[in-house]
Amino acid sequence: MARAVTNNRKIINTAAAWAIGLLIFFPILWTILTSFKTEAQAINDPPLFLFFDWTLENYAVVQERSNYGRFLWNSIIIAGGSTLLGVAIAIPAAWSMAFVPSKRTKDILLWMLSTKMLPAVGVLYPIYLLFIKFGLLDSVIGLTIVLMLINLPIIVWMLYTYFREIPGEILEASRMDGASLRSEIIHVLTPMAIPGIASTLLLNFILAWNEAFWTLNLTAAQAAPLTAFIASYSSPEGLFYAKLSAASTMAILPILILGWFSQKQLVRGLTFGAVK
Amino acid sequence: MYLRHALRAATALSLIATGSAFADGHATTLTIATVNNGDMIRMQGLTDDFTEKTGHQVEWVTLEENVLRQRVTTDITTKGGAFDIMTIGMYETPIWGANGWLVPLDDLSAEYNVDDILPAMRAGLSHEGTLYAAPFYGESSMIMYRTDLMEQAGLEMPDAPTWQFIREAAAAMTDRDNEINGICLRGKAGWGEGGAFITVTANSFGARWFDEDWNAQFDQPEWKEALEFYVGMMTESGPPGYATNGFNENLSLFQQGKCGMWIDATVAASFVTNPNDSTVADKVGFALAPNSEGIEKKSNWLWAWALAIPAGTQKADAAKEFIEWATSTGYIELVAENEGWANVPPGARISLYEDPNYKDIPFAQKTLDSILAADPTNPTVKPVPYVGIQFVAIPEFAGIATEVSQEFSAAYAGQQSIDEALEKAQALTNDAMEAAGYR
Repeated sequence: MARAVTNNRKIINTAAAWAIGLLIFFPILWTILTSFKTEAQAINDPPLFLFFDWTLENYAVVQERSNYGRFLWNSIIIAGGSTLLGVAIAIPAAWSMAFVPSKRTKDILLWMLSTKMLPAVGVLYPIYLLFIKFGLLDSVIGLTIVLMLINLPIIVWMLYTYFREIPGEILEASRMDGASLRSEIIHVLTPMAIPGIASTLLLNFILAWNEAFWTLNLTAAQAAPLTAFIASYSSPEGLFYAKLSAASTMAILPILILGWFSQKQLVRGLTFGAVK
Repeated sequence: MYLRHALRAATALSLIATGSAFADGHATTLTIATVNNGDMIRMQGLTDDFTEKTGHQVEWVTLEENVLRQRVTTDITTKGGAFDIMTIGMYETPIWGANGWLVPLDDLSAEYNVDDILPAMRAGLSHEGTLYAAPFYGESSMIMYRTDLMEQAGLEMPDAPTWQFIREAAAAMTDRDNEINGICLRGKAGWGEGGAFITVTANSFGARWFDEDWNAQFDQPEWKEALEFYVGMMTESGPPGYATNGFNENLSLFQQGKCGMWIDATVAASFVTNPNDSTVADKVGFALAPNSEGIEKKSNWLWAWALAIPAGTQKADAAKEFIEWATSTGYIELVAENEGWANVPPGARISLYEDPNYKDIPFAQKTLDSILAADPTNPTVKPVPYVGIQFVAIPEFAGIATEVSQEFSAAYAGQQSIDEALEKAQALTNDAMEAAGYR
């Protein structure tokens, strides 16, 4: 039975939720506001919130100086490619772990997750040397593979959790009806797990989009995504906050819009299995 | 079905992207890694002139300074060949040159006139007499001060003041009610930030990082004197929270009229005198960096952002053509023509300072005097086994100096005493030098 909630309590909860939401969103809001200031206004003390001479100058400078389209295209290909490739590999892996587990399945899952605990810089040189050896340095395909491998443990874990919610009897029935293993996964399991797969895709797309260690270290001019675009606007000598903010806004806008439109899927995906 | 189509689409897109990435692999396209400094950005805008003259295309990879350092270090140590030209500093050049990681620039053309490079710059970018990087622009450090506040304080800035005068002037210019700090200096942790500043300050008090046997010298009285002077002066006349201020923070304070004096890179002179960004553009004077009374060494450093060719590149000839173009007198004239003489890259060529057009720039002579006053081969009062003024040109220095500067910044912030910071600096430096085999 649901607990009765008083009106006052509701108001307090709503206000608290808005306050926390705004607090989390404030750095992004501040970045967006700063992108419309001049460099002098960006460093003004006390800081200027809304009352300043709004300008699009920084966006014009960034557009003129950088090939934004190429960075954006690389981000889309790398984040999209690595996510789709990861899901394609993870679906059969998660199926076997969820429906035909062995004694060691739990250990394997934990071991996979433990690879995420290693600091990335610890394997920078081996990966870099491999990239040189296979001619993958500064290539979209190399970066797609690396990001897929990095996110694969999370993808497998998420899909495994969703698949566990699907009754094994349904798959068994399809087998009795003569479905092959391939058909069972593609035509029976996958359609039933579409909400889970969609939220996995979304979350991992965001993770890959925001990844900044490998994307900076394994690219140069050709395959650099939006993280490199942002990094190019920080300066050791000279004011740069307004232009950096404009570049950051341009870099986060596509993913912000995607997140906005798919927030229902994201929330569902992140809270799936939390309440039984 | 849906998933299969999606996978096919992704694969196709990846192939298209990869294809486009490799499509121009046979053209002579140079990939250049650089930092986001005004002079570098200006060069990117003028690259068409190089392409017109040589036919070579240029791809720029602009990165934040620390990211750039990590990125190019990874590439050069593995001979990755991701870059054909790298923008590096005076610290890396002699070390990388000695390791054979850079292509020697010993066959530059006669028209280039390598003898026109300022001797201090040439020495700092060479190893055993061989030039390994060509200076794009060079800098020292000097005093930038508010002429109006100095006048109000009833003082006159000498051409070459002492630290004692600077402290007195800073106290006289400080007006806490109007948020004017007599002096703004770097305190931020980091070997290239506060670490560089306190090292040159200590040099001018007679201190040194190491004795001739590579023993750390933080237990010597000169270091204590320098730190106590710095902290005392900043407490009296510095901005609140100076322990976290670096170049950009002080630049912003000075441009907003909140600093009486600022001692920092000579390249800042063009920023503080630019009326578009600075509220005090027409009230700025310049003087040489100070020294302590009775000590000849001044507290000015020497630095250059230079262009070097990594040994792993397949396009060394085209890269040399670019370096000759970008660091030539012809390039300086090109910038002057397009952007004005105040925006030409300073501190690299002797002929620039002989040009009558450049002599009108208010900070030109002081910049040159500051660069000429810096001697990286003889940086301290007592003898040292190293080269470098604000750094020690050994590979271990960046790591050690970052930790030491963190201890010093903690002392500036009042989290520990100066004695504690010096004790820790002494111990960690000696430990690191022992581990590296110097002691």
